[in-house]
Amino acid sequence: MSKKNDPTKRPNGGVTRRGFLGSVGAGAVVAATGVARPGEAVPEITSPEEMVQVALMINGRIHRLLVEPRWTLLFVLRERLAITGTKAGCERGECGSCTVLVNGQPRYACMSLAVEAVGTEITTVEGLLDGEELGTVQKAFVEEDAFQCGYCTPGQIMAAEGLLRINPSPSFDEIRCGMSGNLCRCGAYPHIVNAVTTAAENKKGGQ
Amino acid sequence: MDKDSPYWIDGSVPETPGTGEYPDPWKKTEIVGTRVPKVDGYERVSGAAVYPHDVSLPEMLHGAILRCPHAHANVLKIDTSKAEKMPGVLAVLTGDSPGADMPWYSRGGQFSGRLFDTHCRHEGEEVVAVAAETPLQAVDAIRAIAVEYEILPFVIDDEAALDPSAPAVQEGGNMVGEPQVRERGDLAAGFAEADVVVERTYSTKCEIHAPMEPHGSVAKWDGNRLTIWDTTQGVYSVQQGMARAMELPLANVRVIGHYMGGGFGAKLEVGKYTVYAALMAKATGRPVKIFLPREDCMLVTGNRPGNKMTVKIGAKNDGTLTAIDYKSLGSNGAYTYNAGTGTLAAYLYTCPNVRTEDTTVYTNAGKARPMRAPGFPQGAWALEQAMDELAQKLNVDPVELRLQNILEELQAGGGRPLTSNQLSECLKKGAAEFGWTTARRKSQGDGHLRRGVGVAACFWGYAGGPPSTVVVKLFSDGSVNLNMGASDIGTGTKTWAAMIVAEELGVAVDQIQIEHADTATTQYATSSGGSKTVPSDSPAVRAAAYAVKVQLMRMAAEQLEVDVSDLELRDLTVSSRSDTEKTVEVTALEKLGRQGLVIGTGYRDPNPEDKVTFPFGAQFCEVQVNTRTGEVQLLQFLGAHDSGRVLNRLTYDNQVFGGIAMGVGLAMTEERVLDRQTGKMANANLHDYKIPTMKDVAIEHTCVPIDIPDNEFNTTGTKGLGEPATIPTAAAIANAVHDAIGIRVTDSPINPIQLVRLLAEQRKEA
Repeated sequence: MSKKNDPTKRPNGGVTRRGFLGSVGAGAVVAATGVARPGEAVPEITSPEEMVQVALMINGRIHRLLVEPRWTLLFVLRERLAITGTKAGCERGECGSCTVLVNGQPRYACMSLAVEAVGTEITTVEGLLDGEELGTVQKAFVEEDAFQCGYCTPGQIMAAEGLLRINPSPSFDEIRCGMSGNLCRCGAYPHIVNAVTTAAENKKGGQ
Repeated sequence: MDKDSPYWIDGSVPETPGTGEYPDPWKKTEIVGTRVPKVDGYERVSGAAVYPHDVSLPEMLHGAILRCPHAHANVLKIDTSKAEKMPGVLAVLTGDSPGADMPWYSRGGQFSGRLFDTHCRHEGEEVVAVAAETPLQAVDAIRAIAVEYEILPFVIDDEAALDPSAPAVQEGGNMVGEPQVRERGDLAAGFAEADVVVERTYSTKCEIHAPMEPHGSVAKWDGNRLTIWDTTQGVYSVQQGMARAMELPLANVRVIGHYMGGGFGAKLEVGKYTVYAALMAKATGRPVKIFLPREDCMLVTGNRPGNKMTVKIGAKNDGTLTAIDYKSLGSNGAYTYNAGTGTLAAYLYTCPNVRTEDTTVYTNAGKARPMRAPGFPQGAWALEQAMDELAQKLNVDPVELRLQNILEELQAGGGRPLTSNQLSECLKKGAAEFGWTTARRKSQGDGHLRRGVGVAACFWGYAGGPPSTVVVKLFSDGSVNLNMGASDIGTGTKTWAAMIVAEELGVAVDQIQIEHADTATTQYATSSGGSKTVPSDSPAVRAAAYAVKVQLMRMAAEQLEVDVSDLELRDLTVSSRSDTEKTVEVTALEKLGRQGLVIGTGYRDPNPEDKVTFPFGAQFCEVQVNTRTGEVQLLQFLGAHDSGRVLNRLTYDNQVFGGIAMGVGLAMTEERVLDRQTGKMANANLHDYKIPTMKDVAIEHTCVPIDIPDNEFNTTGTKGLGEPATIPTAAAIANAVHDAIGIRVTDSPINPIQLVRLLAEQRKEA
């Protein structure tokens, strides 16, 4: 999963639908390797009832827990760890509300299995805060009023954060492409563009 | 206007709860009207805000609902035996369970089925609910339930539903009452008088609200007290529905809805899932959470009906309208609502001879619910395209044609004056800012990329009013608690409320903490729908702050030994106008120090009698059509809205752009697809049901607020905005597409599939 030059990855850090389907299988193997005890054979098939021990690095902290192999990263974040900033909107990879950073790249947490996330660095919207201080992108979202109901907002913020880490000076078109995997039914899109632009400037200014 | 009670009220409109001292209109404002970021922005961007979907309680169980997979069926037999034995399953609820056999109501308390109805009238009707230790155990359990259905013939086409031989969705046929007719003048005489007549049939597709937070609730019992966390636009509406369903006193039902992830009209009423959660929580003695999967939300939580509309307009050569004949057909799905769209055509323009007829039918599809300006965007799609065609036939600028027929009074009940109508300003200022005249003269282009511009106008048929009660509590250190019942559905309710208190008392916005949307601890407010939260509740906020101010002034008068009339309050300091020596900071008021706090209660003042109030608006857009691919790129959009006084310019802009985004969905991307062979929804997800993304909305957006206070309407001079902002959008796009390529697209959505076909037909004809 963390291989470089992965052909399934888009330049902006997203993943193609086809690429995702391919990567699920590969990820399961990696994850299984990650939890196997020394000297034990890697099981090829895990039964749904069998709990698997995982260690997940979330916002710089390691969480060790037992998961069912079918649990998504989103489920574990919200229902097992009560890290609820990451929102559930569709749970089928369509709306982007659950976007988190996996190794710095935006990912739909509902489309990643928890076992697949072992060995990666996961960042949620809570992880952008420095103590109680908002991060640069978060501040820009408040200043530019880049949300209404705020439910898609954590996902929008993580998509923007991921975009800016890869491309610190995105053009208008690059912002539109980078953010188009995140739906906002309130339609705050024009203000979201403003917020991403402001955040890009402020990041460069060291804020 | 119409006799029906407004759609956000279940039953009659409550009266004003009390009277108070109402302040005069603001002359000059310092905070109101500026750009203030949302006061709860930190919570919403940090992940700290707890939405109902985030609520997790000790010992909480998770529910899931088994739904009928057929468009029309009778439930013959349910076998839950396997599910009951599954690990973690603690409750299985059917219509036979204790307390679960109850009638279910529709709009206005009309009987409309049962909590679990064995007659499933559309795909997605509820059959069994379960509660288990984990969400996945609940889903596993409903999959293990066997249901035997008698599959019935169905009808999903609105016109087919009118056929007497069509399957009956409800007893007594598929007509929902008689067609609703509005009539004035003499239609035949009006058309006889006309020099030019345009007539055409238009249609819009059914849209789903699709708020980003799915529908759902958490229910918890403490003895005979029930607490509900609900993603709702109106906590008091859910409280009433739950008290009725559970046969509890209103006071025993507490509904909390501090944050909620969007509603657009789909979250105005209590859901069956809330009752299931409460019943299963009662049965198990543990809290129960039920949130619907996205697919279920698409099926059962409401929609904007698709409509077929025929509009015929007559005008004299000088542009004066002489007659409008408007007919609309739509379906409210399988349960009672109202799919009418004729209000806009009946009242937007001055016209002596008008007839509108709205027919609503039952079909085997999910029930409609009010969706952002129910009926109006569809009506605008037809009327405002017809006006565009009329302007073309008369060879006049479509802006001029509209200006010529501006509404002077509401032409209903013999004529009722309006408190304000700035539609002319919307059209004139909007056109000026947009550069309309120049843009219209610009060439469409001669390559495969053609550009065009379009305009459409609107009014919105509600304006709000009583009741609303707000309490402002000022502490001796000058900080404030504000207590109001209204939900903040994303429109910035808390922010403008704080701004009003700040304006009135001189307290800094960040010194104001707000309690809201909790039936146990906050004051009564009607649901946040109808674009009426600002005009209904902002005068109550102001009245409450004013009540505090009056008390502070009296305290100061006593302390400074001057007459109250000589005093003024600025920046939390009371000073004498005549003697500048006499001044006291509020925090130094001795009586306030002794009392600890001052409480002010504010009520919404009644609306003026014999007058009506509507918000107005006009939108302009420029499009680029690719005649090879049928793709339409929105280049720019401008919204010029008359919503009375603007309270917060920042959130105001956001509302206008958001309304436009939703209108783009109606015009270009959204369509509920029901499979003709099975009656099932073919695109019950957010991948196949296309809500606009950032790439679908216009490249440039401009907001032109008219910002003229309507001081006759209420003490803040405000009217609504959220719904009007989406009414003219789709029609403006259709008009711009027509300007670009000469094709009148009568059926939504204007997508490449349709446009390529229409362009091919156009080439064939040429």
